[in-house]
Amino acid sequence: MERFLDVRDLNVEFGSDRGVVRAVNHVSFHINKGETIGLVGETGAGKTTTALSIMQLVPGPHGRITAGELLFEGEDLLKKSEREMRKIRGGKISMIFQDPMTSLNPVVTVGDQIAEVIKLHSERISRQEIRKRAENMLELVGIPAARYEEYPHQFSGGMKQRVVIAIALACNPELLIADEPTTALDVTIQAQVLALMARLKKELNTSMILITHDLGVVAGECDRVAIMYAGEIVEYGSLKNIYKETKHPYTIGLFGSIPNIDKKDTRLVPIPGLMPDPANLPKGCCFAPRCQYRLPECESCHPQTAEVSPGHFVKCLRAQEGGRTNG
Amino acid sequence: MGEILRVEHLKKYFKTPAGMLHAVDDVSFSIEKGKTLGVVGESGCGKSTLGRTILHLLDSTDGKIYFEGQDITSVSKTQLKELRRNMQIIFQDPFSSLNPRMCVSEIIQEPLEIYRACPDKQSMQRRVAALMRTVGLAPNLAGAYPHELDGGRRQRIGIARALAMNPKFIVCDEPVSALDVSIQAQILNLMQDLQAELELTYVFITHNLSVVKHISDDILVMYLGRVVEYSQGDELFEHPYHPYTKALLAAIAVPDIDRQNERILLKGEISSPINPKPGCRFAPRCELCTDICRKKTPPTEELAPGHFVACHHVREMNGAG
Repeated sequence: MERFLDVRDLNVEFGSDRGVVRAVNHVSFHINKGETIGLVGETGAGKTTTALSIMQLVPGPHGRITAGELLFEGEDLLKKSEREMRKIRGGKISMIFQDPMTSLNPVVTVGDQIAEVIKLHSERISRQEIRKRAENMLELVGIPAARYEEYPHQFSGGMKQRVVIAIALACNPELLIADEPTTALDVTIQAQVLALMARLKKELNTSMILITHDLGVVAGECDRVAIMYAGEIVEYGSLKNIYKETKHPYTIGLFGSIPNIDKKDTRLVPIPGLMPDPANLPKGCCFAPRCQYRLPECESCHPQTAEVSPGHFVKCLRAQEGGRTNG
Repeated sequence: MGEILRVEHLKKYFKTPAGMLHAVDDVSFSIEKGKTLGVVGESGCGKSTLGRTILHLLDSTDGKIYFEGQDITSVSKTQLKELRRNMQIIFQDPFSSLNPRMCVSEIIQEPLEIYRACPDKQSMQRRVAALMRTVGLAPNLAGAYPHELDGGRRQRIGIARALAMNPKFIVCDEPVSALDVSIQAQILNLMQDLQAELELTYVFITHNLSVVKHISDDILVMYLGRVVEYSQGDELFEHPYHPYTKALLAAIAVPDIDRQNERILLKGEISSPINPKPGCRFAPRCELCTDICRKKTPPTEELAPGHFVACHHVREMNGAG
């Protein structure tokens, strides 16, 4: 399989009053055609910033990409002009944002919002044709085309998210970045939206980056997973690597924090402490202050990424030792 | 241990320009001292309204509420103030439920001031320090303001404030929903420890089924203001009877790659709670729906000891009784 998007050593910084905030540090991963990769982490882990970097939407002037390469179909997105990027955004790469309540324009009908994308990315297309394609998109995500003229406030949360998905998929993107697409939705609606996304992804053979904090959603949707913590990918591998051969103490901690639905466990095993201040990251391993397996070296030496088995990468000094085996 | 709270046929309707909104409709349950009742349901099912009506933050439309055997459905203002010593609430959003212009110690001591619980300043400070220790807040945070703290710490302040008057009963309205998983686990553990230590009784309102299973003794499943299923927690997860409960359980995204649920995809979305027609509220989305479901409100039946279900077709579907 060809590497479709290759993110190499990405670094993003934000300038702030308190100094430089290193939001994303040395992040590398790749996506193959038709694959779904999950980007998992808690608030402030740098998931959304990574996604915005790919779209070149890191808010300036405070935020900037300081190093790295973003190879998309062999070309570096960072070297593209703004004009070229505009063609790519919404065309070849598109994004679903977390909050459907705020990512739609309240004064434009949902149909026209879908039509806008089609108009921008298609050359010499008649108005009737645009309207027809926008209506098809609505039907595709399960909204009757008769609701074309309605405004976002007339839709429920789940329906709005369907509209956002229709906008994102309107130009058959090759890569879809979904930033917490179901976090704002109720569970039964989440199940509907996830099923819809999985079906459309298959039909259109789209690759996807799914950003979420929910390891349950990842287990159902992704082929490979990257676990992020304090701007770094701490563990990266196939679903099986992450769920069954968990190595990094942070990933182990994440699993320990989720109540198990099958067992009546009396106590959760949370990760003590809090995420470090991104303006003042520890010198050694970022997770060391919260880690129960830390060695004295962990506090001084920044761990390198080690490949513990083919395709399974772990950023921990003790990566070669044990870890959690499950089932 | 005896019963601490009993709610009978509780109703809460809101007047809206479009008609009567049935937020809570005919809800009955009881809780024993030291236990946790989990209330689950999706947004708009009336679970928060239920919690607030029990605490008299909203006036009930109809029905009875008994606290420690005493009818508290209609109480005077002075009685209510006394009652609130024993009944407290922890709110969902630790970002908007704390006064941004009060520091941590002021927030926690406010209830102590209102009830004149401490004879002098020193004892008040000691009590605040003790409460902060109980919920795991470092003493040097006493002068900090909420905006300086993260969500987990803010939620700890909310818990300390609720505990200030040694209540017996706490309504926890989505206390961990706004928190990251690793912090969520810390707060859940804290709440369980406090319950064991102080013999607290919780009504735990949440939309997260894994959390509710973890923390609850009994579980109440709500849909559009009505209770569709009510049972002991493990029993509910092992033998869900109501089609809505089944769909809800199947929709849980399980963090296990070997055990992916056969998803039951519900069609459509929650219908309007304004002037609902008679009949089962879940009928428009239900696969088993027949004529009777659209015409007659299903009675609540006890299918197994302590396991109540409101569905016309539950017996034939599950071969019970």
